Amino acid sequence: MTFDDWMLALHVLSAFALVGGLILFWVLIVAIRRTDEPMDVLRLGSLSRLAGAAIGIGMGGTIVLGVWLAFSVGGYDIWDPWIVAAIVLWFVAAALGRRADEAYTPAVRKARELQSAGHEGHDADLVALTRGSNGVTLQLAISAVVLLILVDMIWKPGA
Amino acid sequence: MSAVAAVRPDSWNLPLLVHVLGALILVGGLFAGASTLALARGDARLLRLGYWSLLALALPGWVVMRVGAQWIFSKEGWDDLPEDLLPRWLSLGGAIADIGGLVLALTLVVGGVGVYRLRDGRGSGALKVTLALGVALLAAYVVATWAMAGKPD
Repeated sequence: MTFDDWMLALHVLSAFALVGGLILFWVLIVAIRRTDEPMDVLRLGSLSRLAGAAIGIGMGGTIVLGVWLAFSVGGYDIWDPWIVAAIVLWFVAAALGRRADEAYTPAVRKARELQSAGHEGHDADLVALTRGSNGVTLQLAISAVVLLILVDMIWKPGA
Repeated sequence: MSAVAAVRPDSWNLPLLVHVLGALILVGGLFAGASTLALARGDARLLRLGYWSLLALALPGWVVMRVGAQWIFSKEGWDDLPEDLLPRWLSLGGAIADIGGLVLALTLVVGGVGVYRLRDGRGSGALKVTLALGVALLAAYVVATWAMAGKPD
């Protein structure tokens, strides 16, 4: 395997880490929508951090190694339409990811407040925050953008 | 591969998309399922969710990946070659995919027993075995992904 082959393999593995994190976030969304007690929400914290780490590694690996490959592999250029499209979509996914993260912050904050106040049972405000549709909509949008990046990577329009 | 960008006929793109999309869902489902089982800390709700992630994500992902694999295998004409002439990356990826499918089926059966025992208030030992098998599968499919993407000689 050449150095570029290794970079390509790590680029693809980064994409798998990204999608792994995204799928774990989907599982967390299902889990959080079934919770109505502060402790149940807070228990998902370690899974959420793991999903965030996978997405961080995936996002970083795909863009850094992808740009490396665009410069290094003969026949591809960074200004090729499909590479420009992938970079634009990557930034769209990153922006949506930040907003999705913020969408669930109020629920976690509320769960912490309730827990520190000694309230451990069902709470209507917490339920309203965990059942909100904003986070789901943003997660759907991120998933669609990542799917578009995959289609772009395979079809390579304009290459 | 690294000297000049690979040129692929357009007719290969859809089967490749199906194969890669299935692999992404399979690995993502294994990652989500194993992580949820590992971090459940005995919480029955999370243990069940971890098992259902394997069943509802990893299993369909494996089926889509395997269908896509056969489709692209045939499109690329590999099925016209004797098995001993297939490149190592393809043999390795194919072996891991197929053996992994059997291990995934075993994982789901053991996990199903674990979830059933959980309902009866019994221990989560079977789900610990499910977790171990899930982690082993995840590691194997990471190797398969590396082989498929890097195509070692």
